[in-house]
Amino acid sequence: MIEFSNWDILRNLLFATRWTIALSLVAFIGGGVVGLIIMSMRISRRKVLRNFAAAYIGLFQGTPLLLQLFLIFFGFPMLGFRIEAWTVAALGLTFYASAFLGEIWRGGVEAVDKGQWDGSAALGLRWMLQMRLIILPQAFAYVRAPTVGFLVQLIKATAVTSIIGFEELVRVSGVINNATFEPFKVYGIVAMIFFCICFPLTWYARVLERRSEAFRSH
Amino acid sequence: MTSEMFWEALAAIGRGASTTLMLIGITAIVGLFLSIIAAAAKRSGIRVLRAAVIAYVELIRNTPFLVQLFFVFFGLPALGLRLDPITAALLAMILNMTAYTTEVIGAGLDAVPDGQHDAARALGLRPYVAFLKIILPQALVVIYPALVSQIIIMMLESAVVSQIAVRELTHEAELWQARTFRAFETYFVIAMVYLVMSIALRRALVFLGKRYLAAGIT
Repeated sequence: MIEFSNWDILRNLLFATRWTIALSLVAFIGGGVVGLIIMSMRISRRKVLRNFAAAYIGLFQGTPLLLQLFLIFFGFPMLGFRIEAWTVAALGLTFYASAFLGEIWRGGVEAVDKGQWDGSAALGLRWMLQMRLIILPQAFAYVRAPTVGFLVQLIKATAVTSIIGFEELVRVSGVINNATFEPFKVYGIVAMIFFCICFPLTWYARVLERRSEAFRSH
Repeated sequence: MTSEMFWEALAAIGRGASTTLMLIGITAIVGLFLSIIAAAAKRSGIRVLRAAVIAYVELIRNTPFLVQLFFVFFGLPALGLRLDPITAALLAMILNMTAYTTEVIGAGLDAVPDGQHDAARALGLRPYVAFLKIILPQALVVIYPALVSQIIIMMLESAVVSQIAVRELTHEAELWQARTFRAFETYFVIAMVYLVMSIALRRALVFLGKRYLAAGIT
């Protein structure tokens, strides 16, 4: 057995953390872009689009993330594509995030007073401009806190990608465990690393929540 | 697929699904019970209790469920506490669920008007009787939809307990795909089973809520 000092364990885990952070960022940005599209479909006037978006959200919110990852992992090779664990993880979490962000943001857009749509239509703005100039800036105030809250969920969800072989924090901790036989220490450190990333965001979400409550009570 | 295999597959799904439902059922009941105690402890005015509950909730909410599961299953034996997979899975699920529902119940208790406390005291009810008979039922009505969502989320997250070889739905799927090499089809069917289970469970819980808690629950 190779001797590992505490510093060796910590260093290797911190090194793996960058993959957890990179994956979270990619999924958050990708999920944001796809989520915006899903949200637009969900509030569209065309029933087909609304139904599609509702089904999409229902599917991703009603099945386990692990199964979604498995389906991508085994589905792509069936279509003749080779796919890396990193791609599976990024794709899977992007879809997952888009369903949740789309739904959170829809709530924000629907909370904007209906008169704002009429007012901006009266100004002669088309849907895209109404959305961009009038509705989204106001919806933003409502959805900031839950969006940051969801980012915490997403960072925690990256842990599941270890199961399909993506070398993030939890995967690497399993490898270190096999060499050190100190699961209590290793998983304890992993938990602390996640906590140090997530807790400031949870705190920030709470600050934003308080601010938007003040905004609403005016 | 031969008809014999079809029945075998159906039996595997039935076994897996019932284990998943058993896990979430126990988790929901024990978690709810513990979180009522934790929420009451947080409001008790005893500072040590309050701090302990806050620390527990923040620690759990800001770390991934998978890490909590591995910590319980692989880490606790280092302290001399060896658990079989099902017990470890249940312990991790209950620890996780309780943290979230403690927050939810806390929010519900906050939503009950102060006048209800005063009225209960004016009737001469003892504090714990007032809490159980007057305050808690009203809080539960307010937060019932949030509790139902939390139970569904936990059921979907429980898919990862397959990783410590608990023979729930996802683990049955893993065994099945290892045997048939039909990974995509297997996981697709199982994902649909989860989808049906989450829709059915939500309906069932809303029905029960309407029947026993308040007619207005949706």
